[in-house]
Amino acid sequence: MSDAMIELILSSTLDTLYMVGISGLISALAGIPLGVLLYVTRPRQFLALPILNHLLGVITNIGRSIPFIILMVAIIPFTRMIVGSSIGLNAAVVPLTIAAIPFVARLVEGALNEISPGLIEAAQSMGATPWQIIMKVLLPEARGGIITGLTITVVTLVSYSAMAGAVGGGGLGDLGIRYGYNRFEPTIMLITVAILVVMVQGFQSLGDYLVRRSDHK
Amino acid sequence: MADRIMIALDNVSKIYGSGQHAITALKDVNLHVPQGDIHGVIGLSGAGKSTLIRCVNLLERPTTGHVSVDDQELTALDRATLNRARHGIGMIFQHFNLLTSRTVFDNVALPLELMRMDKNTIRERVQPLLDLTGLADKADSYPAELSGGQKQRVAIARALASRPKVLLCDEATSALDPQTTSSILGLLEDINRRLGLTILLITHEMEVVKSICHRVSLISDGELVEEAEVGDFFTSPRTHLARRFINDFLEIEPPQSLLDHLQNDPTPGSHPVLRLAYSGDEISTPLISRLARACDIDISILEAKVESIRHRTLGLMIAELVGPPEKTREALAYLEDHDLTVEVLGHVRRHD
Ligand SMILES: Nc1ncnc2c1ncn2[C@@H]1O[C@H](COP(=O)(O)OP(=O)(O)O)[C@@H](O)[C@H]1O
Ligand SMILES: [Mg+2]
Repeated sequence: MSDAMIELILSSTLDTLYMVGISGLISALAGIPLGVLLYVTRPRQFLALPILNHLLGVITNIGRSIPFIILMVAIIPFTRMIVGSSIGLNAAVVPLTIAAIPFVARLVEGALNEISPGLIEAAQSMGATPWQIIMKVLLPEARGGIITGLTITVVTLVSYSAMAGAVGGGGLGDLGIRYGYNRFEPTIMLITVAILVVMVQGFQSLGDYLVRRSDHK
Repeated sequence: MADRIMIALDNVSKIYGSGQHAITALKDVNLHVPQGDIHGVIGLSGAGKSTLIRCVNLLERPTTGHVSVDDQELTALDRATLNRARHGIGMIFQHFNLLTSRTVFDNVALPLELMRMDKNTIRERVQPLLDLTGLADKADSYPAELSGGQKQRVAIARALASRPKVLLCDEATSALDPQTTSSILGLLEDINRRLGLTILLITHEMEVVKSICHRVSLISDGELVEEAEVGDFFTSPRTHLARRFINDFLEIEPPQSLLDHLQNDPTPGSHPVLRLAYSGDEISTPLISRLARACDIDISILEAKVESIRHRTLGLMIAELVGPPEKTREALAYLEDHDLTVEVLGHVRRHD
């Protein structure tokens, strides 16, 4: 294999990591608060706001029900507004992030569901404010579940990023399609797939390790 | 000082839901607990015990009525002031409700963090509490590594961290085995004595009331139907429900063979069967033999039990008075004159 080819594989790998990293980070920063909001504004919760809760729920569900490939095309004007272009790495990050936020939010909400309501009650009996309940009880107690959710998100983002890359983004997906499929170079295809497998394994192992470390149940 | 009221519930009612599905969990409850008392509320499952105790710190807001703790009317406070008032009210729960992600030390520190104390002050406060509750060597353990009794000790230490004047216990020993229960009750009693803490506890177990409560209220269908000093409650219960609790607790019931032959009204040749409860001094006098002599009847004792409750002795007995009707009537009067609680269970005919 030529040096140029090796370099191409390497830079494609970094491109994928870039797309997954940035979209993963932003979707976590937005998705975790959204997930918390979905949980604490439920009827009978300590910040019950049923109308807002319903609204957020509907928006989240819409976000999750649009197939990624359609979302990507549908939001092109928005993508252009944000990053100034509809192709390239940064243009791929926008739909990836938009798709991942509701995904993260629902997983975080699910993790919060696992917390015994008794803990919230105990905190309230100690005079905790809603903000204190979120910061000192909900997030620390759900840490393992949230990390599990983020791991699932990152792994999903790896495969979505291949899709995003294929329509002009770059990264391993793009590489696989261009060389492996269009020019029929099975070695490149195999290498691409192998790197993706290793990447997913790596993220999963890291996630599992972090969960184990935070789990005292 | 002695009779300063620490917890006051005045005309408290709680209705869950509305319309057709409304459930009245508390009906016009009045309860006053003086400073330093251990007050128990006992009742069957679903009677409204948890609702009642949760109304004290407004985890549940009463539908109507007023709640005051330490002369502060909680039902009149805004959110922020209520949160501050809650620092003066500790609470422990049946299922402990410890944070699994925090060590024992950090669990006890939680209420102090919520009060925004600095790390040094927190350390100074937490350590003595771990000593008091016998957890000094468990400071760095996580709740998952502890037994039920140890978890409840952590919860007690946590509840005491903010130096409250009142401790609320919601079925605090119901998830524990009998040995652990008595050690936790011992700890609560110790805290009550040493710190002068006022304790309100709810339970469905008479054992808890018997071991540490000074006064007790009986709750039934959301209403407080009886309130008494614990010794009085056991020796002279006023309601049928109270008697049921006591009988179940002392396990004193007439034998089934007798129950089968028991009839409500006397018939010629039948004898009354009594449940006698006697307490205090009566027990030391040979009352039964004196009764037999004074009224010239025979007394057949079917069941008897003696319990010691709060430094008082309680005797319970199921007995049949054997003699002619006028003599047994005389005996009943004699017993009532001597301050015994007498309940005629029915009448049986001797078939021998
Ligand atoms: N949050 C709630 N919503 C509706 N009904 C409730 C709620 N909490 C308790 N109840 C009802 O109120 C009654 C009293 O319950 P509770 O106070 O838990 O009784 P206890 O603690 O004595 O078992 C029960 O009929 C129960 O079903
Ligand atoms: Mg209960």
